[in-house]
Amino acid sequence: MKCGVIIFPGSNCDHDTVHMLQTVYGLQTVELWHKDADLQGCDMIFVPGGFSYGDYLRCGAVARFSPIMEAVIKFANQGGFVMGICNGFQVLCEAHLLPGVLMRNANQKFICKNIYLRTETSDSAITAAIERGKVLKIPIAHAEGLYYADDNIIADLNKNHQILFRYSDANGNVNDATNPNGSLSNIAGICNATRNVFGMMPHPERAGEGILGNTDGKLIFDSIMQFASEKVA
Amino acid sequence: MKDTAAKLGLLPEEYDRIVETLGREPNFTEISIFSVMWSEHCSYKNSITWLKKLPKDGSRILAKAGEENAGLVDIGDGLACAFKIESHNHPSAIEPYQGAATGVGGIHRDIFTMGARPIAALNSLRFGDINLAKTKWLVRGVSKGIGDYGNSFGVPTIAGEVYFDESYNINPLVNAMSVGIVEKGKTISATSYGAGNPVFIVGSATGKDGIHGATFASGDLHEDSASSLPSVQVGDPFQEKLLLEATLEAMQSDAIIGMQDMGAAGITCSTSEMSAKGKAGMVIWLDKVPTRQPDMKPFEILLSESQERMLVVIKKGREAEVEKVFEKWDLHCTQIGEVIDGDILKYYMHGELVAEVPADILVLGGGAPIYQREVKEPEYFNEIKKYNIDNIPQPKDLVAVAKSLAAEVNIASKKWIYEQYDSMVQTNTATTNRPSDAGVIRLKGTNKGLAVKVDCNPYYVFANPRIGTAIAVSEAARNIVCSGGVPVAITNNLNFGNPYNPEVYYMFTEAIMGMGEACNKFDTPVTGGNVSFYNQSADGGPVMPTPTIGMLGVIDDMTTHTQLGFQNDGDEIYLIGKPENDISSSQYLLKYHNTKYSPTPFFNLDEEFKNQEAIKGIIKEKLILSAHDVSDGGLFICLLEAGMVNNFGFDISSDNTIRKDAFLFGECQSRIVVSVDKDRVGALENYLTSHGVSFSKLGKVSTQNISIDGENFGSIPEYKDIYENALGVMMEG
Repeated sequence: MKCGVIIFPGSNCDHDTVHMLQTVYGLQTVELWHKDADLQGCDMIFVPGGFSYGDYLRCGAVARFSPIMEAVIKFANQGGFVMGICNGFQVLCEAHLLPGVLMRNANQKFICKNIYLRTETSDSAITAAIERGKVLKIPIAHAEGLYYADDNIIADLNKNHQILFRYSDANGNVNDATNPNGSLSNIAGICNATRNVFGMMPHPERAGEGILGNTDGKLIFDSIMQFASEKVA
Repeated sequence: MKDTAAKLGLLPEEYDRIVETLGREPNFTEISIFSVMWSEHCSYKNSITWLKKLPKDGSRILAKAGEENAGLVDIGDGLACAFKIESHNHPSAIEPYQGAATGVGGIHRDIFTMGARPIAALNSLRFGDINLAKTKWLVRGVSKGIGDYGNSFGVPTIAGEVYFDESYNINPLVNAMSVGIVEKGKTISATSYGAGNPVFIVGSATGKDGIHGATFASGDLHEDSASSLPSVQVGDPFQEKLLLEATLEAMQSDAIIGMQDMGAAGITCSTSEMSAKGKAGMVIWLDKVPTRQPDMKPFEILLSESQERMLVVIKKGREAEVEKVFEKWDLHCTQIGEVIDGDILKYYMHGELVAEVPADILVLGGGAPIYQREVKEPEYFNEIKKYNIDNIPQPKDLVAVAKSLAAEVNIASKKWIYEQYDSMVQTNTATTNRPSDAGVIRLKGTNKGLAVKVDCNPYYVFANPRIGTAIAVSEAARNIVCSGGVPVAITNNLNFGNPYNPEVYYMFTEAIMGMGEACNKFDTPVTGGNVSFYNQSADGGPVMPTPTIGMLGVIDDMTTHTQLGFQNDGDEIYLIGKPENDISSSQYLLKYHNTKYSPTPFFNLDEEFKNQEAIKGIIKEKLILSAHDVSDGGLFICLLEAGMVNNFGFDISSDNTIRKDAFLFGECQSRIVVSVDKDRVGALENYLTSHGVSFSKLGKVSTQNISIDGENFGSIPEYKDIYENALGVMMEG
């Protein structure tokens, strides 16, 4: 599997994502510059965290118009696999590859800490190796992570099992007290209806090595590896 | 002209010196140049004599104090570490958000201008009485400013410290530290030479912000300071991120002669310091500088402290290579002058020579003035001499004391502040999930890590500046050692009041002496830092003396990274170091007994060193499972913090030879709480005994309850709720 990591000016989790894919998983990985429009034959595209173009406007609002995103939109619409993490999730929503929007956290502050996620379905490329209901400890680091969508969209997401992760406690309880940023229905990660575009606010690439004391994030990358090998096989 | 000079902060004798050196009267632009370059902020004129007494040599030192923008230390594996701390106190007092943000931006720029990629940030903050609305406004603004800048720039904030005291009501302290990594031998110097080589400005356009900022930072804060608002710069972390990536990319070729960031005194400072270092002259065409607004005057362009700019000297004929990189990152890269023979700086505007000054006389170590100020022991020392522990009553209910201390703002968790900082970006932070006394990051591609910490208990320095500063160095070293590291070098941020006040200057000089003694003991040379005088209000007197120590430590083998938290129910708890019948300058004495004047806690530098060496040894031998030093709040708070990490309680006995309040809450130094698997107890005791180290067995790690001499002190969840939420409750009511 060949992976591509998009680099916008202001991306700052780009190197972390490359490190995870290339060094930890040994995958062929290329950096894709925002001014280019060539995805270099990648099988899966990662839109990393950071502050694309400074994000002085709504997060991701400028990035969606970059030449590389035009190529990504086309790729996704043809069924290509795309995953957005944090700012990447915001960019994919702005690009209408995922439904809904990400708004300022309910407490109006940037929040960086470990939180717990309850896995809502195994039926996706990024959760294929995770049992439904399993709780993962993964950090968040964002100021605009409050997931919002209208009632119809939320109903569709529920109906189609497009909600991948909800904010929970260590025991998998999902309620207001376990919601760090005010997201509707504690939504932390979703996929599109055709299940080839994924977005999540928490950072699995920050929880993928024993030396950092937390490997829960590896389950997400393991899922991608498993899914890719099954698809090839 | 002499009046104008005085208005810009130059003393009459300094003006005379300018006339003598130039052999003529300076014009307005030249006076402006001298006023910033000879300001305290740029020239260190009132501190340099004393700073030179600090140890600065060591086998690992690659760039000594004053040689480059930051100190550079060899950390092995072909890597070097650049690190430095700097204050942004005055801007933060007036405009906390931008003041703190640009403080962070400025210190990171000092690091990457050397070619090092910043990989960690730390900060040391001081605020006034938390109950004041103004303090809350400052806390909100400063923490958001640090967060927004660092988060966007993409460097994790991995450690810090915060104190609240009324002496900082008007003048908070905001000290920011950056740590960067570069391949040894691949650094870029802040120098300029080679007649004909072009001089470029890169990064943001130049605006009218921050003009005379350095002069502003070199005077007391007064009521009209808010009208100095244009002296505060505005930060743009996105530009800085682009500048970082472009700079590191441009350095891959050898087309660059030298580079320096523009901080205080902008173009003036960078052109003069680089020229003085390379012993060359420079011609600058000010009309070529990209500006944000039309009709900027020569002095405005020269003194602007607009952020996110660099001065770069490039080898003639190789401009295109560098221009291409900056163009890729959509940054300005404009030639504004060239290097000339001699030592004169010539600034032109539309072909007209507007200023002509020898570079060397402007800079520290060149012709900038140097002063020694008068010293006098502070009056309040007499109050300290009257202190006697026997006059302090022992409270009956020590459980109530314990709970009140857990909620004390100087002790309770600072998570309300630090959760606003991205502490994990770059995926190197080992202390997110395994907290230890210092912030620890692993270095990818090696087995190594860095342990870094900032420390300064200002109450100790207030009690005795010499001992208090030696303690600050020792505590930083202790934190690094407890984390499994070896202390390597320090940077310092010397925050004091007005140096013309003899009592303030006394504290400054004593602090330097204490720092030197401790740094010699730990073999941690001083690689540079920052002096911030005039931290006081016109009416409120000076802030508490605050010589903040930023220390770098190396963990050669990350498997020895040691956590502060207890690991298993049933593990044995030992105290290394000797408890004393001492509550001097403890938070307990200050806050519970409202007693401001007392000596520093008991401290012996040799004992401290011996105990730290023992910790290094037992960590290397893998004899212990956790280590946490006893500091603010004393032994009880130390045990509580060790317990809260993994929700373990503890069951201990006190030492009946000393007061129980002193045993639990006293802050006598050089003590470390360690936990050990019961199978390793014998080996631990043998090691400590054979090395002549004082130690005692305290008790055992337990499930969630806290028991002392059989008395129930409450449960961990109960204390955790108090400790973790106290600051949030104070901030949000």
